[in-house]
Amino acid sequence: MSRNVTELLFLVTIVTFVLALRFLSSPKRARLGNQVGAGGMLVAIVVTLSQKGLEAYWLMAVAMVIGAVIGAVGARRVKMTAMPQMVALFNGVGGGAAALVSLAEFHNLAPLPGRLAADESVAILLSALIGSISFAGSMIAFGKLQELLSGRPIVYPGQKFGNGLIIGAAVTLGVVIIAGPQEQWLLIGLIAAALVFGVAFVLPIGGADMPVVISLLNAFTGLAASATGFVLHQNVLIVSGMLVGASGTLLTLLMGKAMNRSIANVLFGAFGQVQTGTGAALAEGRTVRATTAEDVAIMLSYARKVVFVPGYGLAVAQAQHDARALGELLEEHGVDVKYGIHPVAGRMPGHMNVLLAEANVPYDQLYEMDQINADLPQTDVVLVLGANDVVNPAAKTDPTSPIYGMPIIEVSRAAAVVVVKRSMSPGFAGIDNPLFYEEKTSMLFADAKAALEQISAAVKAL
Amino acid sequence: MPTLLHTPLMSGTNAIHGIVIVGAILVAGRPDADTATKVIGFFAVILGTANVVGGFVVTDRMLEMFKRKPTEKADAEK
Repeated sequence: MSRNVTELLFLVTIVTFVLALRFLSSPKRARLGNQVGAGGMLVAIVVTLSQKGLEAYWLMAVAMVIGAVIGAVGARRVKMTAMPQMVALFNGVGGGAAALVSLAEFHNLAPLPGRLAADESVAILLSALIGSISFAGSMIAFGKLQELLSGRPIVYPGQKFGNGLIIGAAVTLGVVIIAGPQEQWLLIGLIAAALVFGVAFVLPIGGADMPVVISLLNAFTGLAASATGFVLHQNVLIVSGMLVGASGTLLTLLMGKAMNRSIANVLFGAFGQVQTGTGAALAEGRTVRATTAEDVAIMLSYARKVVFVPGYGLAVAQAQHDARALGELLEEHGVDVKYGIHPVAGRMPGHMNVLLAEANVPYDQLYEMDQINADLPQTDVVLVLGANDVVNPAAKTDPTSPIYGMPIIEVSRAAAVVVVKRSMSPGFAGIDNPLFYEEKTSMLFADAKAALEQISAAVKAL
Repeated sequence: MPTLLHTPLMSGTNAIHGIVIVGAILVAGRPDADTATKVIGFFAVILGTANVVGGFVVTDRMLEMFKRKPTEKADAEK
């Protein structure tokens, strides 16, 4: 294949990526967009493999088979609830690939001192640095979402200083490499420092903020891929990486906006630092009203309007189908059932919509936060299913609360609130919820799935 | 940009940065590559492929969920 044809086909790839990103922002064409992008990727891979002067095809074939099996099996097997950590994982391996490419290229070019031009070495260093941070950070994000690690922010004294020191060390190593001795152990040291920084950077961020972090690391990986493009003089890499970097950054900002938080606050705010005082003060001297599935069944069947507010608890209990079943049962009783979806319900914006769609909940029953808030004063019963932080009134009333300012679903506007929750333990963000102590609130302590089954059974028995 | 598409969009862009596979192939397949380069390149190709395949498949699975409903709804409206 001539150089011109190759470049032309790479251009096709870039166009498909641009189209993919465009289509992915409209519900109608989103799936097509993803397929177009996949097609473009296939073109890029085939074109690259057919370039002249390549060797070791068997090696690459083996590697591609292994990678494809890991990717396909992982993506197929994963439950819908675990999607966010899967995205984190795939993002991490992408970053890791970028770091490895730059390491290999450096190893290949560096033995002769002074052979590397400054621009080339800068690109190599950036790709190694950003790729490694993205890899390590994504793995920690994965660990937090998978609950291998505590979802709570992990903080210790001098953390910011320590993190600054680590990234400073990485940058210093980079400067040393650019300035002169292009020793491989220096680059390995830089990668090691970047890996440590990736870990240290994500550890103090609470589990509830992981989506924003993953989105940011996603943009990072894009930039790392772009940097490898400069190393290898491949426009397709440069442009595609930049596309991901730009759209990833925009998406990160959008997500921050949905939570009414600045990105700086998410990254350096350490969500958990202020919470201890508020939480303890609230719990004292307040009573919680517990209720039974039978009582809830009676409340719901004699209501006119019911709103379900699903949260991550519903998803982990795999209770989406049971929620839909109860909703249908209530509709047979003439009850108007709606679902109020907070933009960050679940663990990523839009995650809850995916989960409810999977359970065949009709689209027209799903309402966004603003719509449902307007509806709540006319609502008889709100059933909060495993949601916590997104209905926490402290976000509106308590300026000392870490989530102060985040828009919430204002369930206390309804006549009655039933909260289905396994225990009184605070939610993912580790913040106490004054809603539970309100007079109109009753608590049904149960796993969301078991609770919904019991309520449904009780409704049927009425 | 509807919030319900944030997750799929993130996942889609995630798949696109799998383009780094191109770099991995070029490095692993260099004629002048020594063993160390080949080994590193080998792992880079594995990671890159996992990123590409996993990324697109996960995104497709998410979007598959959305596809059914609107068509049913459109049918009902007809």
